[in-house]
Amino acid sequence: MDFVVNIFALGIPFSVALLLASLGEMFNQRAGVFNLGCEGIMAMGAFLGMLVPYSVGQGGPVSGAYNILGLLLAMGIGALLGLFFGLVVVTFRAPQGIAGIGLQMFGVGAAGTLFRHFVGGTQSIPGIDRLPIPVLSEIPVLGPVLFSHNPLVYMTFLMVPAAWYVLFKTPWGLRVRAAGTNPRAADSIGVKVNLVRFQALAVGGALAGLAGAYLSLCQVKMFSDEIIAGRGFIAVALVYFGHWRPLKIMGGALLFSLAQALQLAIQGQGIDFPYEFAVMLPYAMVIVVLAFSRESLLLGPTALGKPFNREMRT
Amino acid sequence: MTKQFKALYKTVVILLAAAAAMLLGALILWTIGADVTKTYSVIILEPLKNKIQIGEVLIRAIPLTIIALGISVAYRSGIINIGAEGQMAMGILAATAVALALPGLPKYALLPLAMIAGTLGGAAWGFIPGILKAKLHVSELLSTVMLNYIAAQFYTFCLRGPMLDPAEITMGSGTPQSMRLTKAIWLDRLVPGTRIHTGVYIALAMAFIIWLLLWRTSWGYKMRAAGASERAARYGGIGVAGYLVVAMMISGAFAGLAGAVEIAGVHRRAIEGITGGYGFSGIVVALFGGLHPAGIIPASFFFGLLIVGADMTQRMVGVPANMVLVLQGIIILVIVATRMVLANPYLMERVWRRYQKLTRRDKEA
Amino acid sequence: MEPNARKITSLRVEHITKRFPGVLACNDISLSVAEGEVLALVGENGAGKTTLMNILMGLYRPDEGRILINGEEVVFRSPNDAFAAGLGMVHQQYMLVANMTVLENIALGFTQAWSPLKLNLDMVRARIDEVAAKYGLAVDPDAFVWQLSVGEQQRVELVKTLCLGARFLILDEPTSALTPQETDELILLLKRMTSKLSIVFISHKLHEVKNLSDKVTILRHGSVVFEGSTADHSSGDIAALMTGREIHLPRNEAPTCEGNPALEIRGLKVRSDRGFLAVDGLDLSVCAGEIVGLAGVSGNGQRELAEAINGLRKVEGGEILLFGQELANRSPRAVIDAGMGYIPEERNTEGIVPSFSMKENFILKDADEAQFSARSFLRLKEIDRNAEALRTEFDIRSPDTKVAAGSLSGGNIQKVILAREISRKPRFLIAVYPTRGLDMGAAEFIHKRLLEKRLEGIGILLISEELEEILDLSDRVAVIFKGRIIDTLDRRSADSRKIGILMAGVHNDEAV
Repeated sequence: MDFVVNIFALGIPFSVALLLASLGEMFNQRAGVFNLGCEGIMAMGAFLGMLVPYSVGQGGPVSGAYNILGLLLAMGIGALLGLFFGLVVVTFRAPQGIAGIGLQMFGVGAAGTLFRHFVGGTQSIPGIDRLPIPVLSEIPVLGPVLFSHNPLVYMTFLMVPAAWYVLFKTPWGLRVRAAGTNPRAADSIGVKVNLVRFQALAVGGALAGLAGAYLSLCQVKMFSDEIIAGRGFIAVALVYFGHWRPLKIMGGALLFSLAQALQLAIQGQGIDFPYEFAVMLPYAMVIVVLAFSRESLLLGPTALGKPFNREMRT
Repeated sequence: MTKQFKALYKTVVILLAAAAAMLLGALILWTIGADVTKTYSVIILEPLKNKIQIGEVLIRAIPLTIIALGISVAYRSGIINIGAEGQMAMGILAATAVALALPGLPKYALLPLAMIAGTLGGAAWGFIPGILKAKLHVSELLSTVMLNYIAAQFYTFCLRGPMLDPAEITMGSGTPQSMRLTKAIWLDRLVPGTRIHTGVYIALAMAFIIWLLLWRTSWGYKMRAAGASERAARYGGIGVAGYLVVAMMISGAFAGLAGAVEIAGVHRRAIEGITGGYGFSGIVVALFGGLHPAGIIPASFFFGLLIVGADMTQRMVGVPANMVLVLQGIIILVIVATRMVLANPYLMERVWRRYQKLTRRDKEA
Repeated sequence: MEPNARKITSLRVEHITKRFPGVLACNDISLSVAEGEVLALVGENGAGKTTLMNILMGLYRPDEGRILINGEEVVFRSPNDAFAAGLGMVHQQYMLVANMTVLENIALGFTQAWSPLKLNLDMVRARIDEVAAKYGLAVDPDAFVWQLSVGEQQRVELVKTLCLGARFLILDEPTSALTPQETDELILLLKRMTSKLSIVFISHKLHEVKNLSDKVTILRHGSVVFEGSTADHSSGDIAALMTGREIHLPRNEAPTCEGNPALEIRGLKVRSDRGFLAVDGLDLSVCAGEIVGLAGVSGNGQRELAEAINGLRKVEGGEILLFGQELANRSPRAVIDAGMGYIPEERNTEGIVPSFSMKENFILKDADEAQFSARSFLRLKEIDRNAEALRTEFDIRSPDTKVAAGSLSGGNIQKVILAREISRKPRFLIAVYPTRGLDMGAAEFIHKRLLEKRLEGIGILLISEELEEILDLSDRVAVIFKGRIIDTLDRRSADSRKIGILMAGVHNDEAV
């Protein structure tokens, strides 16, 4: 039983980075743009998240305010990178797939360059600690699983209903959905499609930056070149898998993270399973999942991936 | 609109694009307080200073050429191959496996066999995303990236396990690498004093073969048509889905071959980090080279230059080698944006009309 | 958004000109609509009607000309400006987001006015009720658009424009996708509404034009060719004015089939992209050496028919026989090999590979043929020779055969396609809107070649909207309406009057 509890207790915080990035990417895709550069934005976010607390504390403990500053910086630069991506794919109407790869390379490269210059080595930081909720964290089973995590975990899971609300119950969300499903209709009724796409990219970028910062501040408590390990790409795939809906996306993120946690737990138990094959699992799962999700675009943004040009006579 | 104006317009756009790229790179350099002009000159000029360095550039250019050729085939056929890293890794494993299994074979047998094995290994790894896209409409962008991670893990597994150098086991140092491969698989050194190897010929031969395939065969014609206009190709009776798979296999095959060549020409054993960014760099080279062998060859030299130059910047100007990835990313972004600008007839017409107004005013003045 | 209180007593459009690359969409168009008036804007596809209306709605900016409302000039920078001025449009392709509800779709027009946090759907709901009551238009606000029938969706579009305060309605082909009953309902509705608003509607359908409008303006190739009051002219007159001259060339007799048609289609059923049956039990036969012209308003199943015959769309039921060989649901390659030639509707995106050179385009269907490749290697000299010969024979204007096909003018692109299709010596030819958007010279050239092929014994199915073209070329005229052949006329008894009425779905005896 402990074994199962452990898996959940591990898996849930594992899912945070994926979930944040996916929720961000969900807004992007709902507006009609897919951003493969998510991975690059996360890398920059990871670096910037730990930069502030590290610079101040040189690896030692710092006041929580600096950690928060790091998070905000990551979100800000993430939003900027999202807007930059918008310049390329919305203003210039470049193909989103290859441009995303370009952004990814840029982000990963920039993060690595800046890290080596400003920090260097394998410096670890104390990061953000867990914050068990009093009383609730004492409950057997549910306690360690749900209530003994760091504050960002709680915040992220609260973001799921918040994202749902923003997307389905606010005017902006309405415009985002229209821009991604039928931009011509949205345009004809006065919605500024390209502006909405920029806004969505900024939001998506900010969340991706936050996701990266979570990894460096909370999960591994350091920065390295391999810190993102493909999570940005998996986040993009998760949005397809979750049919562009926050709840399903959360389900997908949990599924992958639990699989990862399972893999670690199995290693811990000493079961003789080659390490590398276990690490392969989540990536293979993504492919399997993609192969079997009926791409029912009708549920989601039918104009995904197509640049909008009012002057184009269809 | 005059021909001269069109040429002028295109030149100006390209120059602006190049300037934008350098500016964006400079942005990162400024952030780390590096001397921008010095950095750029180190990257571009340092590697050309002596024979050995130029050799190092050529060594990088060889796998880049081969990979980029494969990627350009795929791109022209309408499918984007981000999986070259994984395909290269599979190629290395296949070639190494052959060399380890048949050490007794003479060179004229083992070398070609290993090259073929590498090609097949890469082709198999390229087949997977190809068929997934053709039959199940799985985005190749995502499947190839996932397969990269899977291949990387498998590669490490093989190097730590079945292919581990027995010497490592006895010495207990545990470096994940295969044993030194028999001389029969080595591609010989060409220029004494450098590491340049006969793989150069293979790269050039491949460039020729690709050119032949794409522009001189009916096969290549159909693949290009499918990539240029899927709708027209279908109308013309061309089986688009089938060619997608073939294109991915060719692309993977080339990446696999590049891996085999690296093993045979440079490292002579399978070690970690060989694929080091070649897969992604290959994409930039392909785009920069205009997806044509004639452009890819100089482009791969240029990017080989960037890679070697960026290695030097750490020592000489304090700029980390990761900067090369930054530059490559910027170049991709700038190239795709510029291509769209150049393909926009409205814009050119508007600029033309503005230009006419200006020149007319000058004449009247 | 507050409903525009100010009534629109007059709307004038003066000397509007709009160019797109390579196309003059609107050429010095002027028209005016007074309060409570209904203007019908008539013309064939490509005549410039939709572009003009899009300019009125702020979607495009005119290159020249101006718009005056109540005597004052207005400039629309975006649809919002047009809404604010009291204009509203129901587009031919409905501007509705399918996976959102009716309420949400209408709310889209109001979002600018709200706080960012709350969607005030109640306000929208109230407005919908208000409009529904005022105009008698009932809609279910909570239905998802994809659940609604085409007629219901149109009603939503009308309600939407009225909720946004339209005092002046523009309707683009309002009845094109409706059943006859829905059409009658709509006409009654619109008649009721004219007491409160002015209406401009675009239509092909003479029946409605006669029934509903006070004035008629006819456009051809971007220019106004006629304007006048509806009451003074009959449908027949209007049909004739739409198409131009009535004269057609005398020709040889068509051969008789004797029961062995070249192309025979029986009970064909094909689905459109939206899922409904665009071709619904169609029967048609064409003899060798005969030209059958398929007339009809675009959108009645022509595209789906052509694609189905050529293996580019799934056939749900029925048969397609080419000289007795079943073609339904076979691959495009098989159809091509069976001897079918096809000049497609979309010449730029389907008929050619725009980035390929002219000579490369000539071999699109034949890259593997012995003539052009020897053991997979392209025979470049042959390809060049072939291209040069075709360029000369078909008088294709270009500096050489290496130029990218996409950069040629429309007429020359069509000649490339025609050259390729004809030189392949097909046993049968399908030509879809072959002279759409072409100048007189190019059009005549193409007509001549088609007639030549006819004499050689090749059967041709000509799908076109230009009655002039149909009457010039066809031995028999079949009219397609809602996926079926409504009637077939022999060329001796066919004229634009009769065909025009058939195209509107009205059988001979119900002529107005």
